Amino acid sequence: MSGAQEFEKVLDQSDTSVASFDHHSERTWIQSAQHYLHGNPAAVPLIVLILSIAGFGLIVGDKFFSAFSLTLILQQVAIVGIVGAAQTLVILTAGIDLSVGAIMVLSSVVMGKFVFHYGVPVPLAILCGLAVGTLCGFINGFLVARIKLPPFIVTLGTWQIFLAANFLYSANETVRAQDIEATAPLLQFFGSNFRIGTAVFTFGVIAMVLLVALLWYVLNHTAWGRHVYAIGDDPDAAELSGVRTERMLISVYTLSGLICALAGWALIGRIGSVSPTAGQFANIESITAVVIGGISLFGGRGSIMGMMFGALIVGVFSLGLRLVGTDPQWTYLLIGVLIIAAVAIDQWIRKVSK
Amino acid sequence: MTGEPLLTARGLVKRYGRVTALDNADFDLMPNEILAVIGDNGAGKSTLIKAISGAITPDEGTIKLMGQDVRFTSPLEARAAGIETVYQNLALSPALSIADNMFLGREIRKKGPLGQWFRMLDRNAMRTVARQKLSELGLMTIQNIDQAVETLSGGQRQGVAVARAAAFGSRVVILDEPTAALGVKESRRVLELMLDVKRRGLPIVLISHNMPHVFEVADRIHIHRLGKRIAVVRPKEISMSDAVAIMTGAMKPPEHSLAA
Repeated sequence: MSGAQEFEKVLDQSDTSVASFDHHSERTWIQSAQHYLHGNPAAVPLIVLILSIAGFGLIVGDKFFSAFSLTLILQQVAIVGIVGAAQTLVILTAGIDLSVGAIMVLSSVVMGKFVFHYGVPVPLAILCGLAVGTLCGFINGFLVARIKLPPFIVTLGTWQIFLAANFLYSANETVRAQDIEATAPLLQFFGSNFRIGTAVFTFGVIAMVLLVALLWYVLNHTAWGRHVYAIGDDPDAAELSGVRTERMLISVYTLSGLICALAGWALIGRIGSVSPTAGQFANIESITAVVIGGISLFGGRGSIMGMMFGALIVGVFSLGLRLVGTDPQWTYLLIGVLIIAAVAIDQWIRKVSK
Repeated sequence: MTGEPLLTARGLVKRYGRVTALDNADFDLMPNEILAVIGDNGAGKSTLIKAISGAITPDEGTIKLMGQDVRFTSPLEARAAGIETVYQNLALSPALSIADNMFLGREIRKKGPLGQWFRMLDRNAMRTVARQKLSELGLMTIQNIDQAVETLSGGQRQGVAVARAAAFGSRVVILDEPTAALGVKESRRVLELMLDVKRRGLPIVLISHNMPHVFEVADRIHIHRLGKRIAVVRPKEISMSDAVAIMTGAMKPPEHSLAA
């Protein structure tokens, strides 16, 4: 040690293991669990999901634990799962998107209106709907990234704006399911299903699973995905490391808008008609799925797989408790408990560094 | 120190409203030296460093890197020119792994269609390089390069940040208060790391308030006061208290001190 300060001379005799990386030997099993969960944020919701399926399977029996019922849950959570994917992207950047449901409904209304009012060919009308959703997302992103307004405020505002635009534009009219079936069946594409034994899969379910798988890949194996996490983690650090945060945020919100528009298309398949009053709670439901899925509302942590498990947990509880025959309020009560427990676990996992 | 300076700045001016942070400041960095920049709070040394690292663009003045005029409008541009900065807050993403952090903003993609069309990252290549760079600096016994940075101690994080700068800085490494948040042992480690980096031929600009550290590792000391460089001294030729006296204005800088 050359040229050390006088007071540092004693360091020669001190412990030299300054910067070794791991201390595996000293960990208790609780610490090991904490480290495991830190590295695998989707594990908690997956365990809860498996336990709740097993639990309801034991209590309710075959009526619940059948291919038909389990795939019914998938169908019921498909929309929330798709919107939840959009919400995941935004929340990973430490933002929040309250306007997801409004973008979804507005996009579906545009698709319906373009076909039935303007006589636009169906594929083109669908593209227009997707474009409107993308534009809505871009507006959110621009206000958040460029004008630097808080995401909560921006999307609280655009939620009202998009929803009002939806009611004004549609004149509160519903396009009936029979009309769509007769002239524009492509709009209901995601509602059509196929069977494997007693299991029923809609294309909406397939879309959700594929979308989540695709985004999982993008988030974990591309630079763009890593930058989403980095921005949510510490935007200043990301910027100084060479991440173009402004551009990234705009792209995240824009993509979120596109995914919501896709959910709007899937929504037509799910409910059959184009209704401006549908999907009112999609924003709260998607945030619930994200939080129960172990994704941190403070950004930068969590897996999109967890979001899907979170949505499925809600679906399992809804159907399971309905089959048990309890008051549906018990579902909300239990989901409330799950949300608080999920955030408590998130806080605990974060302490791994201390 | 002989030869041409590697990085020079002449007449830098930066105003924030009515405050003049840089008032005709000059700066010279020689090849293969450790240049310390000291100055009282508000002397404008961090503005000077920001101008060199691209975080701000000066209102007036010129910056030359290896004789070429350069004008940085973002840290990315300075980085592309080979100037790497370790900021005081380290600029690491706590939840990302060591390897991810080292390559943040300059990821390596897989070759062939996987990388070109699916934009897939080459995780193995990044891990290998990260591990190699850390051990090249004799930095640490790495067991898990995929460990999140937030699970590291302060000294280890500093190590990762310095290793990242040394690994990618091809011309200059700037360290802003690298030992300010560290304990005695960890500071020692970072100082040795700096000497390692210098031995590998990279010049370092060190901003620090810690006079003993500055006097130990610096080849020359740039003293900043009231927005400009008022003296450049050699630690062997001046006492710590004199340097502090010049820095605070208690003493006039020695004659021809700018030529040092």
